[in-house]
Amino acid sequence: MKKIISGNEAIALGFGDAGGVFASGYPGTPSTETLEEVARLGQVYCEWSANEKVALEAAIGGSIAGGRSLATMKHVGVNVAADPLLTLTYTGVNAGLILMVADDPGMHSSQNEQDSRNYAKFAKVPMLDPADSQEAYDMVRAGFEISEQFDTPVMLRTTTRISHAKGVVVPQAQSAPQIGTWEKNVPKYVMLPNFAKLKHVEVEARLLRLREYAESTPLNRIEMNDPELGIITSGVAYQHVKETLPDASILKLGLSHPLPETKIREFAARVKRLMVVEEMDAIFEEQILAMGIKVEIGKNKLPLCGEINADIIHQALGKEKAEMVDPVAGLPQRPPVFCPSCAHRGLFTILSKLKTFVSGDIGCYTLGALPPMNAMHSVIDMGASISAAHGMAKVNAIAGRSEKPVAVIGDSTFFHSGMTGLMSMAYNGGNALVIIMDNRTTGMTGGQENPGTGATLQGVPARQVEIAPLVRALGIDNVAELNTYDLKATEAAIKKGLETPGPYVLVDKNPCILRYKIRKPAMNVDQDKCTGCRACLKVACMALGLTASGEKPKVRVDPNVCNGCGVCKQMCKFDAMHESEGLSNANL
Amino acid sequence: MQIYNIVIAGVGGQGVLMASKVLAESALASGLDVKQNEVHGMAQRGGSVISFVRIGDQVSSPVVMPGSADLLISFEPLEALRYVHYLKPGGRLVYNKVPINPSTVAAGMAVYPQDVEQQIAAACGAAHGVEALSIAREAGNGKAVNMVMVGTVMKHLPIKEDVITEVVRTVSKGKGAEVNLRALAGGAAA
Repeated sequence: MKKIISGNEAIALGFGDAGGVFASGYPGTPSTETLEEVARLGQVYCEWSANEKVALEAAIGGSIAGGRSLATMKHVGVNVAADPLLTLTYTGVNAGLILMVADDPGMHSSQNEQDSRNYAKFAKVPMLDPADSQEAYDMVRAGFEISEQFDTPVMLRTTTRISHAKGVVVPQAQSAPQIGTWEKNVPKYVMLPNFAKLKHVEVEARLLRLREYAESTPLNRIEMNDPELGIITSGVAYQHVKETLPDASILKLGLSHPLPETKIREFAARVKRLMVVEEMDAIFEEQILAMGIKVEIGKNKLPLCGEINADIIHQALGKEKAEMVDPVAGLPQRPPVFCPSCAHRGLFTILSKLKTFVSGDIGCYTLGALPPMNAMHSVIDMGASISAAHGMAKVNAIAGRSEKPVAVIGDSTFFHSGMTGLMSMAYNGGNALVIIMDNRTTGMTGGQENPGTGATLQGVPARQVEIAPLVRALGIDNVAELNTYDLKATEAAIKKGLETPGPYVLVDKNPCILRYKIRKPAMNVDQDKCTGCRACLKVACMALGLTASGEKPKVRVDPNVCNGCGVCKQMCKFDAMHESEGLSNANL
Repeated sequence: MQIYNIVIAGVGGQGVLMASKVLAESALASGLDVKQNEVHGMAQRGGSVISFVRIGDQVSSPVVMPGSADLLISFEPLEALRYVHYLKPGGRLVYNKVPINPSTVAAGMAVYPQDVEQQIAAACGAAHGVEALSIAREAGNGKAVNMVMVGTVMKHLPIKEDVITEVVRTVSKGKGAEVNLRALAGGAAA
């Protein structure tokens, strides 16, 4: 039966239908919904791992034990999982193993724009590049077959416009779960140098066999049309090409690594002008140029940064841009912001006031870097808040500076890779204040379970990791609780943490109001008492606004948006804000 | 049929995704091809959200380009103005008249344009504003603004109204179905 589903949902469905047995991953936009959908479908075991390295290693174990396995993550997650990946390519697999990676061209929700196709070349593994939901579905089955036929892990790579775009899928017949034997094989799975030397030779031979496969597989297909212009493309860029240039000839690469050299030569010989359309890096183009084939239009006309779309392809061909209206200029921006009544708001209100250097991390709290808070000053990758703060403190000490850095990190990020940094800080006699915002969910990606939430991805009750005892076990003596809804207490706690020498950890345990749907009555503003001083606006809540007119506009609260946390009330020196009866946040 | 391009705009949390799902499922139930795409992730945090639904005999790209939308549905007036350039000449705009302050306005760093409705009318001749929040509340839940907005555009779509109604009934959970159907009808009458 036809379904309209996203690329992520299609991969999840394809995994179950292709006899999948074990799936693991770590949430990360735009990959997250894949495992959530595996869990919702309920056919196959799946779990959130503590991080992507753990997820891939667990999937490797699943494969060795004979179950078709899947690991899912976003592009930067592969950096975390790169260590197992680059040796997994040597060991190969037992049952089929797919690493699904979701790239984010245009950085809709990511800290960089790395092109995961580089990893396929780097690891010398085959990579599949679906162009819509149907292909995403079909390529799971194809991926397992390639993985088992060539004894290799397979990367299945999507981009945001594949993962999150919905299209029509016709599912195939469902295969039974494929579970094989679990056997010891030391030369295959123990990568001591003597065994690894032999395996490296096999990897190179395997790549040659995969190149032959690339020539014949229907995953790569020529759609011959007008020979005037020939385009080599893959993924969502193929769809943009079809839309923009319906008459062009196309070589569509469904297997984006390794490339089919003979097929590319044949195609290039049949067309007059050759164009390569690929998002981000010039992976295809550089390899095609290295084959000695002339590419007339490629990255000389197309961008290395951001997404490609129909207009960009038009312009690369020197065609006139269709006449259109310009966007309305000068509109107020609407950046993402802490939800009304989010526990992060009180923390960043105080950090902003104290003007201390904040070493940040990946999560909703990264929004603390934006105006008017401006209270986060470095964000690199998962876990870097703590380890970078440690380095800052050491150099500050050498430089004779007394300021103690603050690190801010969430619970899921702490479990992912903050713990190791904190242990290292304790071990090396560090000097930073670490604030752990333990809101009992992986908030940024939509509220997933983690080792602190008390439930697994499949909803099974689980042991809840308590952060304070864990922190003490890592070697930190000073651990205190924090309540960011109480601004005075928060300021006092942070000041104490900054004044006390040595590592100091504060843990806020207020839950995510969005995930746990915590509703409170809205506030209102006594217009007679409000002086229009705007002190409350420093909390940057979208429920607050200024009255339309007057010499000194007063503040009002939008009862459709306010969720009654009372942080703004604590900023008011004129007792103008009060809880009201009735309406609360309609959008929560 | 020619491809019919719909853009749905709003603020994170308003249910743009659900409205998109209803339109996409309705197109599929009508035997048409459809691609639907939005960018989510950080959009959950009160940011600007934009979603595309493309309906036709065969649809390739999931993306609607500026200047090519037949219909823009905006759940908020400022967002209508922000994305009005997606409309093709003669395209139609339906928007919810209830404003939501962006954080930049809430922080006193920017001013919400007081003449937003006049600006919308100037940018699009075929613009229609509705009081979607009060209609949603009358239907039983302020969160049903998204279904009100789907209701307001039903008669313009290349899909039969009873197909959309049936899809809303199917995708709504439990008691929500009654509220959503009332919201849909309320929107259709607005």
